[in-house]
Amino acid sequence: MSDFDSEAMADAGVENPKLPPHLELRRTRVLCKADAPTSTDTVQYSGAYASLGVDNSLRFDDFRNNFRVQVNRISHEDMEFDMVGVDPSIANALRRILLAELPTMAIEKVLIANNTSVVQDEVLAHRLGLIPIKVDPRLFDYLSENDTSNEKNTIVFKLHVRCAERGQRLTATSNELTWLPKGSELLKTSESLTSTSKPETYTSFTCSQDSMPEFAGNPISVYPDIIIAKLGFGQEIELEAHAVKGVGKTHAKWSPVATCWYRMLPEVVLTEEIEGKKAELLKQKCPANVFEIEDLADGRKRATVARPRACTLCRECIRDGDDWEKRVSLRRVKDHFIFTIESTGALPPEVLFTEAVKILEDKCERVISDLS
Amino acid sequence: MECASFRDQWNATFILAEEDHTLANALRFTLNQDPQVIFCGYSIPHPSDAQVNVRVQTTEKVARDVLKDAGQHLMLRCQHIRGTFDKAVDNFRTKNPPDDHPSQNMDSD
Ligand code: SF4
Repeated sequence: MSDFDSEAMADAGVENPKLPPHLELRRTRVLCKADAPTSTDTVQYSGAYASLGVDNSLRFDDFRNNFRVQVNRISHEDMEFDMVGVDPSIANALRRILLAELPTMAIEKVLIANNTSVVQDEVLAHRLGLIPIKVDPRLFDYLSENDTSNEKNTIVFKLHVRCAERGQRLTATSNELTWLPKGSELLKTSESLTSTSKPETYTSFTCSQDSMPEFAGNPISVYPDIIIAKLGFGQEIELEAHAVKGVGKTHAKWSPVATCWYRMLPEVVLTEEIEGKKAELLKQKCPANVFEIEDLADGRKRATVARPRACTLCRECIRDGDDWEKRVSLRRVKDHFIFTIESTGALPPEVLFTEAVKILEDKCERVISDLS
Repeated sequence: MECASFRDQWNATFILAEEDHTLANALRFTLNQDPQVIFCGYSIPHPSDAQVNVRVQTTEKVARDVLKDAGQHLMLRCQHIRGTFDKAVDNFRTKNPPDDHPSQNMDSD
């Protein structure tokens, strides 16, 4: 651990005075007023409250004590969790990494042998590129400029569909993409044909991918039931698609998430008792059904905040004059993130998140090693 | 990494190649929390160049070491985040055993 940590810890012996409540509120909450939110920034500078004798510096121990993760929902393709006690800059870095810097495999090169469908070659290639491929990208290498395509950096799929002359029109879906574990089957038509050497294909696999332990009994597939093209009578598509490893920064097709986002925890506070008619009105106003009516012992009715998490911050409850804005205070907790990850299928969402954190760690490591 | 200023070691601009807001903003946050830092900010000089300039001005320690500390700190935080997250997922899994959807087997970590 570095010096400033131990220094902070020495300080920690003395009780760090608390900020006055109005400043503490602005430090930790976004205040959502009827016209605009205020106090939206986070106070990062360590000496921001030095004049009040309050230390705002980083303490790793405090972070460790306060940081909390709670999983709300998890399935093979999406998850939601609460991440509490972290600055938006870190939460956002992780979100950005998930979207743009985690590698996946996606179709990059399409060799079209025949296409008589109404979908033009380039549009077809683009559509193919966007089909998620269900394979762990960590098993593959990047294909760089001068590399030849081999079994460690390329996945080859074949698509050959033809609509009969009569009967039904045909819808070609991603189910028709067949994996070619031995690599390309298309022969290069060149002078080499005249020579005695073996005819070359567009890849040079040294072994079949299905003989590799990772894929034996676990064939590579794509996300099913995605419509690629609709074929009329007699139309045909024959092509080969080569998938390589890449990141979302280069093209969104490599993004491992359908989307990934967070929202700050909403906090709805009633600053005064709201009773009777007004309580009914407040409950009615809210489209997200945040409020509930409570029956008091003496027969009065009082509004309570029952489901603050459901608040979408539409601000409907504080419209209609100043009075409501005084009664209801809408806030967001600055360091509480409700994080949602929707995977496209290459990796389960929880693995995506751990991988994203690892990438941020690697970035830090690069900075450190560059400076050493 | 390049250091754009050699005049004095307490005020320096570091050029991080192949990085963007992702790292720079997180680093700026970490640096700003260090009591040694009197100023820290970053800029991306041109959107089509993949580089960020991080400006660090410090009091006692030289800027270089302070930046290194910040990197270390951020890394420690990341490790803690990862550990806590993994535990939370395990916790959730034991409480709510997964339905046996075939894709569940994909989980490799
Ligand atoms: S802001 Fe909208 S969703 Fe939130 S409590 Fe008010 S009315 Fe309900």
